[in-house]
Amino acid sequence: MSDIHALLIDPWIAYGFMGRALVACFALSLGCGSIGILLVLRRMSLMGDAMSHAILPGAALGFLAAGFSLWSMSLGGLLVGLMVAILAGVVSRVTTLREDASLAGFYLMSLAVGVLIISKYGSNIDLLHVLFGTILAVDTPSLLLVSTIASVTLLTLAVIYRPLICECFDPGFLRTMGGGGSLVHIIFLVLVVLNLVAGFQALGTLMAVGLMMLPAAAARLWASDVWSLCIIATAIAFLSSMAGLLISFHVNLPSGPSIILVAGLAYLGSIVFGRNGGLMKRYFPQPHYHHQSS
Amino acid sequence: MISPAPQASERGIRLDDVTVSFDREPAVHHVNGTFSSGSMTAIVGPNGAGKSTLLKAMVGIVQPDQGHVVLEGLSRAALGYLPQLAEVDRTFPITVSDAVGLGLWHRVGPFGAMTGSDGDIVKAALRTVGLEAMERRSIGALSVGQFQRLLFARLIVQDPQVLLLDEPFAALDELTTHDLLGLVLDWHRQGRTVIAVLHELDQVEAHFPSCLLMAREPIAWGPTAAVLTPVNLRKARGLAHDWHGEVKAARPAMATELS
Repeated sequence: MSDIHALLIDPWIAYGFMGRALVACFALSLGCGSIGILLVLRRMSLMGDAMSHAILPGAALGFLAAGFSLWSMSLGGLLVGLMVAILAGVVSRVTTLREDASLAGFYLMSLAVGVLIISKYGSNIDLLHVLFGTILAVDTPSLLLVSTIASVTLLTLAVIYRPLICECFDPGFLRTMGGGGSLVHIIFLVLVVLNLVAGFQALGTLMAVGLMMLPAAAARLWASDVWSLCIIATAIAFLSSMAGLLISFHVNLPSGPSIILVAGLAYLGSIVFGRNGGLMKRYFPQPHYHHQSS
Repeated sequence: MISPAPQASERGIRLDDVTVSFDREPAVHHVNGTFSSGSMTAIVGPNGAGKSTLLKAMVGIVQPDQGHVVLEGLSRAALGYLPQLAEVDRTFPITVSDAVGLGLWHRVGPFGAMTGSDGDIVKAALRTVGLEAMERRSIGALSVGQFQRLLFARLIVQDPQVLLLDEPFAALDELTTHDLLGLVLDWHRQGRTVIAVLHELDQVEAHFPSCLLMAREPIAWGPTAAVLTPVNLRKARGLAHDWHGEVKAARPAMATELS
């Protein structure tokens, strides 16, 4: 019993950095769960990935300007991420390029600029910090930032919920109702970038999107309405963070990849066992209990 | 030759030289005329004739490059649009009653609350289209025909003065077509304006008093019998032929008409 206590409970209590990491992950999961679900429903799963790469130079510039300060890196990331998203949107409207192609072009350039800045002006350790995050060094200001972003995300989603859902389901209908679709889309993009930025210190630019997409993709295999999907995704994200942090603590592994790999396991498990279109359900359907033995 | 379009009445949709392009390639040219209040018009023509585009321009989903769509005595809220099935995400996790409830948008808006009587309106609409048993189901569980019934229920809830229907009966079984056509005829009897993009010329001749035949530009517009003549249909096919450099004009229904 005390072994289990030592294994699962003690680390959070005995080590302040573990407790803070857990709170940060809880806040992150609250925002990322719902945002991830909406990205999946809007068929923009890979867009999150592209954006997470695109914000690198912004983070790098913030890093150069103020060192490892979450606020300056977040601001830089936010500005560059929005710039890339808006440029990609504009180019796809004025040229023959589709939005995914123009986004790919801009985010790759942005990523290259980011790597260039960091390798030219920062040490390799810095590069690793930005790429992979250091959740165990989360301090109070960054906790504040992450929880502010989570609150803003949930409140904003609550306000734009109906038009956002309508825009996914039947965009033409929203336009015949007088529009607002593009405004909602832009607000949603801002939320995506904000949450990536929040995930940044905990998981690094490369893996921030993992806590967004893996729980969302896993949840899609369990539920069939938006509310349940968001709650399940948030739960998977938080439980994965918890398990990942414990594993990284006990086995001495980097926290970011540990968290994402646990979320990956949840995803694989959902593919096999998911009630809503998983493999087991499809290939080994439960028998219907029509004929009770007489 | 364009038959004289119906004269502008006090209410209706007037098209002034409407031209719409995609990628600077005109899809609809110089359409002039009026869908007068209470009229029931079928829009027919070969594939790629710009029928759906014209409908989208009328409801404001696409903007004309040239000319105007004038709503005479009508507000935007008086228009109800039925999209083609392919334009809606049928796998989206939303319940049947929520999807139908979207029809209340003009009254409830993006932020307002639905009242109990709103719920009754949705229930009544579901009963009218025969989906009352599916109320709490996810739309993913619906067949194509049931989904079209759902979109009709949303239109009933919307209660518009003008109905713009894009291929309302495409890919539907006979029973569903029969039921939904019945609804459309009811709307016409109630004095609403009906404008529908259709392919089955038999259906048009049987039920639609007016017809607009187009092949990127209007070929004829007026009483159905005067529009769907062999000469006009051949002309429609010929125009589509010129544009594509190949004969891809005639749908089966139209091909029989032309043979």
